[in-house]
Amino acid sequence: MSFVLRSVRRPWRLAAEASALLIAAVVAFPLYWMVLSAFKPAGEIESTRPRPWTLSPSLDSFRRVFGQQEFGRYFLNSLVVAITVVAVSALIAFLAATAVTRFRFRFRTTLLIMFLIAQMVPVEALTIPLFFQMRDFGQLNTLGALILPHIAFSLPFAIWMLRGFVKAVPPALEEAAYIDGASRTRFLWQILFPLVLPGLVATSVFSFISAWNDFLFAKSFIISDTSQSTLPMALLVFYKPDDPDWGGVMAGSTVMTIPVLIFFVLVQRRLVSGLGGAVKD
Amino acid sequence: MSRMTNRSLPGSAPGTAAPGAGAPGPAPSLMAGPRPGTGAEPAKNAPSGGPWGPRTGRGKPGRTSPLARGGWTPWLYLAPALVVIGGLLVYPVYQLGLISFLEYTQAQVSGGEPTTFQGFGNYATLFRDEQFWQVLLATVVFAAACVVSTLAVGCALAVLLTRVRAVPRLALMLAALGAWATPAVTGSTVWLLLFDPDFGPVNRVLGLGDHSWTYDRFSAFALVLLEVVWCSFPFVMVTVYAGIRAVPSEVLEAASLDGASQWRVWRSVLAPMLRPILVVVTIQSVIWDFKVFTQIYVMTNGGGIAGQNLVLNVYAYQKAFASSQYSLGSAIGVVMLLILLAVTLVYLRLLRKQGEEL
Repeated sequence: MSFVLRSVRRPWRLAAEASALLIAAVVAFPLYWMVLSAFKPAGEIESTRPRPWTLSPSLDSFRRVFGQQEFGRYFLNSLVVAITVVAVSALIAFLAATAVTRFRFRFRTTLLIMFLIAQMVPVEALTIPLFFQMRDFGQLNTLGALILPHIAFSLPFAIWMLRGFVKAVPPALEEAAYIDGASRTRFLWQILFPLVLPGLVATSVFSFISAWNDFLFAKSFIISDTSQSTLPMALLVFYKPDDPDWGGVMAGSTVMTIPVLIFFVLVQRRLVSGLGGAVKD
Repeated sequence: MSRMTNRSLPGSAPGTAAPGAGAPGPAPSLMAGPRPGTGAEPAKNAPSGGPWGPRTGRGKPGRTSPLARGGWTPWLYLAPALVVIGGLLVYPVYQLGLISFLEYTQAQVSGGEPTTFQGFGNYATLFRDEQFWQVLLATVVFAAACVVSTLAVGCALAVLLTRVRAVPRLALMLAALGAWATPAVTGSTVWLLLFDPDFGPVNRVLGLGDHSWTYDRFSAFALVLLEVVWCSFPFVMVTVYAGIRAVPSEVLEAASLDGASQWRVWRSVLAPMLRPILVVVTIQSVIWDFKVFTQIYVMTNGGGIAGQNLVLNVYAYQKAFASSQYSLGSAIGVVMLLILLAVTLVYLRLLRKQGEEL
C-alpha cells in the first residue's frame, strides 16, 4: 500500500484517517447502543433523555429474557438448525464441487449455469409451496421444516464458491495419490477434503447466517408448536409494536448477534479470500 | 486460482503485515489482502484476468486430472446435491407456478374442497389490483435506492480503506464486519430503537422531539433503507477492497505519475479493472435488495400503516398467510421470480461477455 500512501499528501491522509475512524464509530454505533441498552437498568432505557453510557449496568434484561419464554430452548433450536444446515450442506457441496471441477462430463456447463440461476431464486417466493410441501412431509412445526429448505437454498452458492478451492488443489497431487495406489474414495476424503477444508469454512459462513437469521420460514412453518421456535421469533415476543420491552429486545438481540460475530471473527480471513475467489470465478 | 491458494492456505496467509498489534487474533489479515504479484503473473492475480492479460488455463483438456475419465463417478458425487436441489428448490418453483394458476384458498387447504384451474385468472385479478402496481413500483424504487446507496457507500469506503494506515483501516473493517454479522431481525430492532420517538438517541441529538419516523411513508422507507445499507455495504466494501488490492501497483503508480487525480484514477483505471467485481456486487445487491423481507416486516410492522410500506415479498406473504389467498400470493411470487430471472440472465450475459470461464 506504500505507493498509495506516498502519493497522498500528509494533511489529506490525516483527514482520510480521521474520517475513517469517524465512519467506523458511526457504523459501530448501533451495535454499541444495542449492547448498552441490554445492560441499562429498566428506568434508563425508558428515559426521554437517553445517555450514551450507563453508570449502573444490570443483568435484569438478560434475566428476563432467559427466564421467560424458554429463550434457552429457542437458542438451542437455532443452533441445531444452523449447525445441521452448515454440516450437511458443506458435505453435499464438497462432493458436487469436486464433480464439477475435477471431471469433464456432458452437461457440466449446463449444470453450472443451473446452479448460478438457482442462487437467484427468491427463497421468500417459495414459502407458499414449501409450506404445503412441509405439511405433506409432516414436517410443519418441526425443526426439519427449517433445516431442509435451508440446505437446499445454501447449496448452489456453496457449490459455486467451493469450486475455486477444489480447483486450487494441483492435479499432480491427485496423480501422485493414484500412483501410490490410493483409491478414488481415499483421495477424496483423506487428501482432497482436508485441503479444501478452509474453503468449506468460508462457505459455511453464508449457510450459517442464512439459517441463523431466518425469520420468514420460522414464522411460516412453526405455527403452533412454540417449543420449536427459533431465536428471531422469540425475539419478537418482546417486541410489541405499541409497547416494546426495549431492554428485553436488546438483550435478546445481543445474545443472538454474538454467535454470528464469533463465527465471523473466526473465519474472516477465509471469508475475504473466499469471496475473492467466488467473485472471480 | 493461484491467488486463492496463496491466501487461503494458512501457512502462506500474509498476516505478517500487522502493525495493528494487540488486535484480536486473525483480524489483521483483513488488511492484508492479496499482495500484488511481482509482475510475473499479474493476470492471474488480478480480479478479472480480463483487461490486462491473457487468461490462463482456459479449460485445456490435457490439463484435467486422471479423475476426469470417471464415467459415472461425477454423477454419483452430484447425486445428493441434485436430489436436494431438485426436491426442495426446483419442485417448489414448479409448485409455485402451479398454485398461481389454481384457486387455492383456505377452503382448499383445510376444507378439502377440490382445487379448480383458473388459468390466468389470478394474474388478471392481480394486474387489475391497483395496490399491486403501487407495491411493484415501491419495490423497484426502494430496491434501486438501496442498491445505489449501498454501492456508493461500499465503493467509497473501499477506496478510503486504501488511503489510510493500519489502525483506522482495522477499526473500519471491524465495525463493518460487525454490521455485516448482525442478523436482520436484530439489526431492524436496534435501528428502531435508535430512531424511537420517545427513547431514541437520534431524535434527541437532532432535536426532533417525538417525531415518528415510521408514520410517514417516505421517512419509514428511508429508515429501512438506512438499515439495509448499514448491513449490506460491508459485503461491497470488503469485496471491492480485495479487488483494489489485487490491482498491480505499477498501473496505479503510472497513473499518478501521469498526474491523474484521485477521481480520475478511480474512473479511468480502477473502475474498468474492477468491472467484473463491480458487476458481481451490483447483481448481488439487486437480488438482495429486491427481496428485502425481514427489515420491512419488522420495522414497519408488517408493511406500514394501511400497507404503505409494502414491498412485493411482504405483500405476497400477507396475501398468502394473512388473508389465505395462496394463489394470489403465488402469482406475486412468480412475478418476482421472473423479474429476478431477467436480472440473472443479464448477469450471465455480462459474465459471458467478459469471457469468464465457467
